[in-house]
Amino acid sequence: MTIAAREYDFEAARRRLEAKPKSAGPKLGALEEAAALVKDGDHVALGGCLYSRTPLALVWALLRRRPRHLTLSRNLMCYEGEWGMVAGAVDKLVTSWMGIGLPWGLSRIQREFVEAGRVEFEEWSHLGLGLRYRAAAMGVPFLPSLTMLGSGLMDVGGSKTVACPYTGQTLHAVPALFPDVALIHVQKADRLGNCQIDGYPHMDADIARAASTVLVTAEQIVSEDEIRLQGDRTLIPGFMVDALAHVPYGSYPHECYGAYDAEPEHFTSYVDGILARGSAAVAEYLERYVYAPAAHADYLALFGDGRRADAASRARMLTT
Amino acid sequence: MSVTANELLAVMGARELRDNTTVFTGVGAPMMASVLAQRTHAPRLTMMVEGGVIGPMWKPGELPISTNEMRAAYRAQMLPGITDAFLLAQRGFFDVGFIGGAQIDRHGNLNTSAIGGYARPKVRLPGSGGANDIISLCREVLILTVHEKRRFTERVDFVTSPGYLDGGDSRRRHGLLFGGVSRVVTTLGIFGFEAESRRMQLLALHPGATVDQVRENTGFEVLVSPSLTTTKPPTDEELAILRMLDPNRQFIG
Repeated sequence: MTIAAREYDFEAARRRLEAKPKSAGPKLGALEEAAALVKDGDHVALGGCLYSRTPLALVWALLRRRPRHLTLSRNLMCYEGEWGMVAGAVDKLVTSWMGIGLPWGLSRIQREFVEAGRVEFEEWSHLGLGLRYRAAAMGVPFLPSLTMLGSGLMDVGGSKTVACPYTGQTLHAVPALFPDVALIHVQKADRLGNCQIDGYPHMDADIARAASTVLVTAEQIVSEDEIRLQGDRTLIPGFMVDALAHVPYGSYPHECYGAYDAEPEHFTSYVDGILARGSAAVAEYLERYVYAPAAHADYLALFGDGRRADAASRARMLTT
Repeated sequence: MSVTANELLAVMGARELRDNTTVFTGVGAPMMASVLAQRTHAPRLTMMVEGGVIGPMWKPGELPISTNEMRAAYRAQMLPGITDAFLLAQRGFFDVGFIGGAQIDRHGNLNTSAIGGYARPKVRLPGSGGANDIISLCREVLILTVHEKRRFTERVDFVTSPGYLDGGDSRRRHGLLFGGVSRVVTTLGIFGFEAESRRMQLLALHPGATVDQVRENTGFEVLVSPSLTTTKPPTDEELAILRMLDPNRQFIG
């Protein structure tokens, strides 16, 4: 049993939301100011999925603050989870799967930390975790589902079943997950924080509704008119957003649908380092890519402009 | 050129799919099997992938590495989001789902979480991803896997994805009212499950494979169907389609 009452206490979560300002005013500020809203011990839910639209700039800015005792949750956890463990920022990971993808094999860092019991690893099925966010987004303590029943995963978090009050059937009462903070990267937002997402929506709209505090980075800040003319495409309204930063290539070297493709060769060199030197390679990587650059633009400069332009042209070919 | 393990799995998997149905598919052999079926006997098959993609038309040579990257969404008819994609499966819209696993037991239970148990694993594996959801929610499930003794084990160390659990009606007793594993397609043959006991049973051998070979590579007692058959080898046409889809042999090996 590893779920905490705070995660599904819908009444307390509702009270927190009621007490919070829900402003239609401007949200745009610096990336660092957004990251400063995360406190030690927070449960931080990450948007995107695996290496798709990961809020990497926010993770970058957050880790630079040397946070402690965080819980990170994400539907499929990519190497940002490894960064969190090696940086000593994370006590617990909540996900359905961890790695980069089949060609990169098992996560050696996940193995090292979880097998030694240094970090708690709470596994859900992909839909199971999705329904945890969805229940919270709906403001209820659980959602009934047919998934995960009979499996070992029921015992991992401490899932309970419920008898359907109408049919008597056994259902999984998937517990809500109200994160403290959601980190989200989107293609487009206006300065008020109204966000539009292209391509895969992933679980971002749910985690924005579920979290107490919502931090967003956007590839592009567009006019309020541009949002209003396509209001049907807005997935996160401005009043939900607490801080917004304009960060082009804010998911790079992960992909951002329509804007730029991922950089699998970069993933390979990252993993090659781990195969050779274990978690020391991740510590070196964090030093070079996360702690040393003075600003996010300096982080991006490490990859080279030509490479980013190439990633952008590949993305256009894959979405037209 | 000889047939690789993944080519064999893709061909045999494709042949299990029917026209005018839907399939919840994944990267690697399942994806190859699904597209091959579409291009041969099942042009009206709709594919769904876990990242939340309905009806993609993948570019040959640009097949996706993960189920939620841009390549997987290429020319998709709909991108419903992950939670909603799985909820379509819960509603009953998916006839067939494909999954694999590091360990599988005689009742088709799969482990992709931890070798040596969950709490203190000897080898921590990536986790369920959508596998548990697919096996819980699709009408039937096809397992595609290489046939190795360490995989085909007496008892999985952890049930990530429930097959027939302890056999009999135990799936239903746990609330899993629908679905179940229909076929396990391996590099040696094709297995089904005995109707009552829900134990894995060899239905067909691939050309060249023997029952003894299956026994040697299986960690539990192998039941053999009284009407054991032999599969037809992959045809030149099937192999040509797979090799056209994956010219760099990234997925077919």
